[in-house]
Amino acid sequence: MSGKTVTTTINGDAVEFVCGADETLLDTLRDRLGLTGSKEGCGTGDCGACSVVLDGRLVCSCLVLAAEVEGRTVETIEGMASGEELHPLQTKFIEHAALQCGICTPGFLVAAKSLLDRNPDPTETEVRYWLAGNLCRCTGYDKIVRAVMDAARELREAKNAA
Amino acid sequence: MPLDETLTNERKFKVVGTRPNRPDGIDKVTGRARYGADMTMPGMLWGMILRSPHAHARIKGIDASKALALSGVKAVVTAEDFEMRDDDLRDTLINVMARDKALYDGHTVAAVAATSKSIAKKALKLIEVDYDVLPAVVDENAAMAPDAPLLYDDMFTQGVDPAPTKPSNVANVLEFGHGDVEAGFAKADVVIERTFKTGATHQGYIEPHACVASYNPDGYAEMWVCTQGHFMIRDNCARLLGMDLSRLRVTASEIGGGFGGKTTVFIEPVALALSKKTGRPVKIVMSRDEVFRATGPTSSSTNRVKIGATKDGRIVAAEAELRYQGGPFAGSPVEWGAMTAFACYDLENVKTVGYDVVCNRPKQAAYRAPGAPMIAFGVESVMDDVAHELGMDPVDFRILNQAKEGTKSSYGPTYGPIGIAACLDALKHSDHYQSPVPEGCGRGTAVGFWFNFGGQTCVGLNVNEDGTVTIQLGTQDIGGSRASMCLMTAEALGIPYEDVRAVNADTSAIGFTETTEGSRTTFSSGMALIKAAGETTKKMCARAAKVWGIPEEAVEWVDGAARPAGDNAGKFDPMTFKEIAAIAHSTGGPIAGHSEINAENAGEGFAAHICDLKVDPETGFTEVVRYTVIQDAGKAVHPSYVEGQMQGAAAQGIGWALNEEYIYSEDGRLQNPGFLDYRIPVCSDLPMLETVIVEVPNPGHPFGVRGVGETSIVPPLGAIGNAVRNATGMRMLETPMSPPRLVAAFREAAKA
Repeated sequence: MSGKTVTTTINGDAVEFVCGADETLLDTLRDRLGLTGSKEGCGTGDCGACSVVLDGRLVCSCLVLAAEVEGRTVETIEGMASGEELHPLQTKFIEHAALQCGICTPGFLVAAKSLLDRNPDPTETEVRYWLAGNLCRCTGYDKIVRAVMDAARELREAKNAA
Repeated sequence: MPLDETLTNERKFKVVGTRPNRPDGIDKVTGRARYGADMTMPGMLWGMILRSPHAHARIKGIDASKALALSGVKAVVTAEDFEMRDDDLRDTLINVMARDKALYDGHTVAAVAATSKSIAKKALKLIEVDYDVLPAVVDENAAMAPDAPLLYDDMFTQGVDPAPTKPSNVANVLEFGHGDVEAGFAKADVVIERTFKTGATHQGYIEPHACVASYNPDGYAEMWVCTQGHFMIRDNCARLLGMDLSRLRVTASEIGGGFGGKTTVFIEPVALALSKKTGRPVKIVMSRDEVFRATGPTSSSTNRVKIGATKDGRIVAAEAELRYQGGPFAGSPVEWGAMTAFACYDLENVKTVGYDVVCNRPKQAAYRAPGAPMIAFGVESVMDDVAHELGMDPVDFRILNQAKEGTKSSYGPTYGPIGIAACLDALKHSDHYQSPVPEGCGRGTAVGFWFNFGGQTCVGLNVNEDGTVTIQLGTQDIGGSRASMCLMTAEALGIPYEDVRAVNADTSAIGFTETTEGSRTTFSSGMALIKAAGETTKKMCARAAKVWGIPEEAVEWVDGAARPAGDNAGKFDPMTFKEIAAIAHSTGGPIAGHSEINAENAGEGFAAHICDLKVDPETGFTEVVRYTVIQDAGKAVHPSYVEGQMQGAAAQGIGWALNEEYIYSEDGRLQNPGFLDYRIPVCSDLPMLETVIVEVPNPGHPFGVRGVGETSIVPPLGAIGNAVRNATGMRMLETPMSPPRLVAAFREAAKA
């Protein structure tokens, strides 16, 4: 079995790892790097639980080969809070009870942050369509959408105040 | 424990009913929470499962020699590694590992443990299984036909007299009801009878089943499992492998959804057997394909419903025949379907007959209010049709016939205080119902019932030296219940919510506790905690009495502090929970409470739903425009999570009604084992789901709590069917009411 050495940046840190040629980024994150916050719900890009941001683009890490991230930057759920300070999306998810079992939550947060980075003032419809690639079976999405809209409002207010 | 009427009548709750942040929130928004697949053990191997590609096949032989010769492969297990030790677990064991026959597409036939996932995957391809393919049957009606292929030549239908002399695929026939339905129908001015079909749906939890098992050479073992019941895992695994219960310690991971689907064993005994055989920890994680093919779905069903009423709107007779297939073993939830069918109504003459049918499909597992939504689809559809035929408003028709305190339920018991009247009243007065039906839409309403369960439950309550409290729970937290446990404990002790922390204890750290199912967790663990808190505050009063030098009976616990009971007891400043905790060491030692109960009187659950939707006649696409869920919670402990249960259940019911179903090929292979083709509702499919919490206190719980997890999956199928009828004029008789079915119905209607 021939391994491939990959040098990349994950959540701002330089990381080097050896992976199999057929290994997904999700497997590498979870099984080699201990970053188990990204979840595997389907392995076929249908559920979004493994969402990460690769060079600024929202992707399903189960559909990316680990070898593909050579020289690129990866952002995962583990990098969303800065130290003790949660990202407003994380706080709003807790406050709005936007999670029940929580397995889809990391993927939703990564996807929602990616939306708000592009569009700080999304409509409910825009939120719903952006998040349509993330499946949640517990909540019926109501409180998730409310949390994202509320976080967007708070982020806009913080920006305006600054 | 009876309702504490001083609390509910005078609304004295201090923390119960508030909406604090959940204690495990930060772990779950930062990716730190550890779920089933997130555990690794030293020296761990990867297990993988070989599954039958055939729906029905005799297994003539399994040759694993080539797999075992592959470098990195440490063991293969087959049925030979599982001795049939326990007749009670016969079906469970056969489902865990096929013995002489594969009974459905996806049935486990062998498993391998290897040093990596990729080696395990290669090894599966090297295991040779010699199959003799048999005719398969996957539909309940086809399975009941006289010439149907038989799954077993020794299945003789139970519950019929005289006992049949020929085997069949009907495991069981059962009947519920009272009165004389024939006499009732004879009095009716309007009788409507229709037959409905519902597709099999999957619980669709996002986390696939996962576990790690570690079996030591001394016969002790540990397991890490995503499950709704770690005691169930311990019981099943230990019995299947012939272990004492004390030798197996099971820790429940955080669980990524269950909805009933994680109340049994699948991969866990296999991982334990592989660990025993290799002497190393073994991890198995299912793929999504495996989850769909081999776990959980609920029954598909065919149900005939007949309701008769007089011109004044009174139902004079109601009857249903239910056929549920539950996969290859007896035990479909047809019994609960037959019991719940007419539970919302006050009926003089009612009869339900259920057929429990076996098929070459995966073994059904519980799914949220198991058995209830399918028959409710038929009953609530016919209820609307009878109302229309009578020229009555369907909601008024339901109110006229609703069950009430004192009603003899259709399944036997007489109701105590129940909430259906309050739900229907809230429905009529809701903003949604009061608003005009949007342009181009149809509006549908329906009601639903679920029993709710109690059961065996243990909790521990430890008072820490600083006056904070740790509670140990035996029930798994599946949707945020730690928060409600902390709230109820804080309420009962009179201390702040933030001072209580909850841990889910493993099977060696707390007494036997039943699985998180049947909407029982907040009800029964809450009741146990209130009892344990009462024991704790009694001990605290005794410590204060000791300090004050007065009799224990002269001290009472009020608002989180020990106080002299009345003027005769003496004049002392109250001693708070924290103050007594701080002097515990010098007044008699540690203070702790615990409680072991078998909770009864869970309090029935009722819900009423309203749906506005529009159907595109060209594409058959249905857009749910507005949806409101009204449900009786008894007492909502954490209203946000009660709303969450109502919304989540409604969303699952909407998926069931509109899109979700197992699709089989003629040879019995599942055609849509993935989220792309088995389509659960996505964010853009749904509107906001409005909620109205009704509170009719449950007299069987000190705080009035009723379970809330399941009831609201029951009404959506009927509510949507009725809305489709009102939008299009077409009565749909089959779920899902998917675009192809609606397009076909439009074409039929155009022809007619």
